[in-house]
Amino acid sequence: MLGRSSLRDLAWAALLLVGLLVLPILVPHPAMRDFVIYVIAYGLLAMSLNLLVGFTGLVSFGHAAYFASGAYIFGLLMQSGNVSLPVAMLAAVGGTALLALVIGAICVRLKEIYFAFLTLAFQMFIHSIILTWVSLTGGDQGLMGGIPRPTFLGIDLNDSMTLYSFCAVVFVACLVIMRQIVQSPFGYTLRMIRDNPHRANFLGVNVVRMKLAIFVISGTMASVGGIVMALFVSGAYPEFGFWTTSGEAIFMIMLGGTQLFIGPLVGAILLQTLNHYVTIYTEHHGLVLGIVILIFVLGLRRGLADFVYLWFQDRRTRKLEKETGR
Amino acid sequence: MELEALAGCLSSMSCAVTQVSTGLIIGMLLFLVASGLSLIFGVLGVINFAHGSFYMIGAYFAFSAYQLTDSFTLAILSGALGVGIFGMAFERLFMSKVYGRDVLMQLLVCYAFILILDDMVKILYGAEYKLMGMPQTFALPPFQIAGGFIPSYYVFMIGISAVVGLVLWLGIAKTRFGKVVRAAAINPTMVGALGINTTLLYAFVFGVGSMLAGTAGALAAPIRTLTPGMGLSILIESFIVTVIGGMGSIVGAFIAALLIGLTRSFGSMGFPLFVDGMMFGIMALVLILKPSGLLGRPVH
Repeated sequence: MLGRSSLRDLAWAALLLVGLLVLPILVPHPAMRDFVIYVIAYGLLAMSLNLLVGFTGLVSFGHAAYFASGAYIFGLLMQSGNVSLPVAMLAAVGGTALLALVIGAICVRLKEIYFAFLTLAFQMFIHSIILTWVSLTGGDQGLMGGIPRPTFLGIDLNDSMTLYSFCAVVFVACLVIMRQIVQSPFGYTLRMIRDNPHRANFLGVNVVRMKLAIFVISGTMASVGGIVMALFVSGAYPEFGFWTTSGEAIFMIMLGGTQLFIGPLVGAILLQTLNHYVTIYTEHHGLVLGIVILIFVLGLRRGLADFVYLWFQDRRTRKLEKETGR
Repeated sequence: MELEALAGCLSSMSCAVTQVSTGLIIGMLLFLVASGLSLIFGVLGVINFAHGSFYMIGAYFAFSAYQLTDSFTLAILSGALGVGIFGMAFERLFMSKVYGRDVLMQLLVCYAFILILDDMVKILYGAEYKLMGMPQTFALPPFQIAGGFIPSYYVFMIGISAVVGLVLWLGIAKTRFGKVVRAAAINPTMVGALGINTTLLYAFVFGVGSMLAGTAGALAAPIRTLTPGMGLSILIESFIVTVIGGMGSIVGAFIAALLIGLTRSFGSMGFPLFVDGMMFGIMALVLILKPSGLLGRPVH
């Protein structure tokens, strides 16, 4: 039986889905749809990364590797023409899970800063494989020739509105899965590991196995983001697996904040908006982004969603104090 | 796979000598960068993810100084000292603000600087490749050992790096100041209580670590193409070196750097597509067998 909180989560999810589906009717500009799909793809990347960073305290700097592997496996399978779209999606997710399992098995035993650097190193390894294995991946040109979108179950993704709705449904489904994981006993075990790994170990939790499990789960969720991206741009590019993509994902988390489940999504929206305007006005994208990051990290010292959340909490406690004082 | 080529090279003395010298210069550059990274981590407990960018600006500083003065000595000095001072300023103004906070914040500060420095280089020098050219001083006939040719600059570079490495090791292992640095790595509060200004010490250590990256960049300038983003690959490789050698160990970094350098030079003959894989394989093996690295003490 579903608990009350699960029902509430499902209601929120339904609301979000309806909102996403109504949005292109309210704002009929195609650019809006494109923007939302970008937010969905990078939002999945950031939210899955937050399962590691925010909930388990594992700062991974190589998360884009799974984003890229999802995109490439999916793209290659679709180009081969032998499998249907849902099968290719499942295979891409499964393949990425396997990859995350191998990399995770080596990385999760390490202390935090080692972990950050090692995940980065493995990501660059995967990036260099993508670049050098030209016959399979097309090297730095990316997966060329487009990714076919054959009709399945009567769904034709070549129609841009159908594609948009499909991405929205996949996105909301992933959010529900991640929310369920975070709210499950497993999710609370992860929080305990984050706050005090020794105590967790003492209580009989197999810390390494838990970390590995969430590492794999988070990798698979990132791969769904990659699949959405590959489906949308009809290709896969080495930049998907470049370290800057991981860096941006980390910044999205910071921007949105780690306190709230939905925070990274806010970060994804903010960063996509920022990127959109920065690329219009200047070619020195890195310079602007770098300065914005410094302002947030050193000035605000936390993400926007955290900022607002803490402000509300602060107000609530003050109000409570007032009431009890009366 | 061109394993025959590798076997052929190993059986001919001249080819082996040439490849060993190539491996040595790759290894020495890596050693300089990695020992700086390792020193900063060992004492301050932070990883400078922007270390590769420091290597890059070292190379560009040297490039500019050489263009302006035509003196290679000045080029190396400006690369080393310029980046050293830059590193100290970076530590004081930015890095020190995020000590003791999330790793996430340290990571983001470095990430911001990688982006900013790459773009600054693009603005100042343009995005295209730059060549500094070999200084006149080294326009000498190459050394000949057992039929293999070694450019005179290679010999100079290996020598200089070895001297820098030796001075660093002596400074840390044998001097009183080195003792203070080692003590600060273990218990900074106690060192502070004994009347030593740890703030200054941290800035200095960060400066020395940056200087090592800058020196490597300056030394690499004549033999590498200069491009924005050139720091990233050496950052990853030098991290692999520090993991294999053990965080905080200078000698370990030296051994691991030579190992990786030789793997690169011989590997690019025998299995060019798998050189990266080989490096990661070695690193994974070390991590599984001895997580603290060959000569590292367990991380506190």
